[in-house]
Amino acid sequence: MSVLEMKNIKKSFGDLEVLKDISFSVDEGQVVSIIGPSGSGKSTILRCATMLETINGGEFSYLGRKAAWEENGQVVYAPKDQLREIKKDFGLVFQNFNLFPHYSVIKNLTDAPINVQKRNKDEVYAEAKELLIKMGLEDKADVYPYQLSGGQQQRVAIARALALKPKMLFFDEPTSALDPELTGEVLKVIKSLTEMKMTMAIVTHEMKFAHDISDRMIFMDGGYIVENCTPDEMFNSTNERLRAFLGKLEGGY
Amino acid sequence: MSIMVMLKLLSAGMLKSISIFAFTLILSIPLGMLVAFGRMSKNKVISNIIKIYISIMRGTPLMLQLLVVYFGPNLLFGMNIAGYKYPAIIIGFAINYAAYFAEIFRSGIQSMPQGQYEAADVLGYSKRQTFMKIILPQVAKRVLPPVTNETITLVKDTSLAYALSYTEMFTLAKQIAAAQTTFAPLFIGGIFYYVFNFVVAEVMNFIERKMDYYK
Ligand SMILES: Nc1ncnc2c1ncn2[C@@H]1O[C@H](COP(=O)(O)OP(=O)(O)OP(=O)(O)O)[C@@H](O)[C@H]1O
Ligand SMILES: [Mg+2]
Repeated sequence: MSVLEMKNIKKSFGDLEVLKDISFSVDEGQVVSIIGPSGSGKSTILRCATMLETINGGEFSYLGRKAAWEENGQVVYAPKDQLREIKKDFGLVFQNFNLFPHYSVIKNLTDAPINVQKRNKDEVYAEAKELLIKMGLEDKADVYPYQLSGGQQQRVAIARALALKPKMLFFDEPTSALDPELTGEVLKVIKSLTEMKMTMAIVTHEMKFAHDISDRMIFMDGGYIVENCTPDEMFNSTNERLRAFLGKLEGGY
Repeated sequence: MSIMVMLKLLSAGMLKSISIFAFTLILSIPLGMLVAFGRMSKNKVISNIIKIYISIMRGTPLMLQLLVVYFGPNLLFGMNIAGYKYPAIIIGFAINYAAYFAEIFRSGIQSMPQGQYEAADVLGYSKRQTFMKIILPQVAKRVLPPVTNETITLVKDTSLAYALSYTEMFTLAKQIAAAQTTFAPLFIGGIFYYVFNFVVAEVMNFIERKMDYYK
């Protein structure tokens, strides 16, 4: 069963049709990268899938549970309590981290599991410490986000998302706000998640990275998915728009 | 009149000033919060009413507002206003300061980056939890400097209660000065205000330092 299934998704901002007809799915344990030119709607797809935006058409579901669908040409969302359940299935890592600056690192990780999921405090703390070790941040538990580098902040943000034990993680350009010398440490962490068979959808401009870790790659342009294939097929594609896009990324691949 | 008697009288007046100050703060901060929400309400009727209220409170003298709050009920509805002077002062100050605080809170809330709401949403926080745990503590830190300014202004503004011939400290000092033809009570009064303000500033400073553990 797919973890995420999106069918015929449409999204407009006023008169601007950003997503015209987007369908794809992400299977369990799969890593899907989404690439495409600026403004092609990559962030919008993630924001629709994570319900930060509401769709104008189509339907999507997590693990077979419908989050939104069409009825008589109108999009309806599942009732609030069902959406709350569905939201537990995924986490999102933002381009600019969005850590809570007034919480220490460990509190950033533990607050939602304790206060949202109502899990046992000791257990949550123990797991959070484990996560920090995995992220190479075991000595940073008690510091505040402003005391960390961008790369460290992003690793905290990834740990924060993982602390809720989601079935799937979304990343929206997780390294774009970082200095080049800091991107490596974040990419390494994401790569380590693939070894744990984490289901992921990643919007990225890091082509080599996308090629190396992805099971499938999606190329978006003009509100449509132009290609949805394996990384090797993607980089050998003869599609003109794709070639033009890849060609523009000097040194990207 | 000896200095000791004068000090005693003025201290009693100072207590009245402090009580105006304290009650005004206690009432106007939560009220200001409510007004800020009203101002940001999606309901156009509510937000426009609040907008007018704020602009009147900020656009007319506080002294005039005190007079209206005190004498209004009698002039408009013929109500008996005996014993209503102190409540009128507190109400007048509270609704005036609530308007100022509301604008401070509103700009504080609106200055919060959207990303904080979005992160909280994806992590599953309810709207209420998001506001109470994520937004409000950060807003509190952001609004502290302007709130401190207003609070210090309030210390000095308490003397406006003389408009209703309420004998808080400053009114008392003036009365004694006139009766005894001496400048001393006004001088002492000035020192009282200064010390009061100094204490307030120190307290606010302390709170600001307490919140300085993050940026
Ligand atoms: N809230 C919004 N209101 C209006 N227009 C929006 C909004 N969000 C996005 N857009 C528009 O939708 C289009 C797609 O935006 P989106 O952020 O999804 O692109 P993107 O593929 O993520 O680009 P980038 O690579 O620059 O991040 C853009 O033209 C953008 O201006
Ligand atoms: Mg984007």
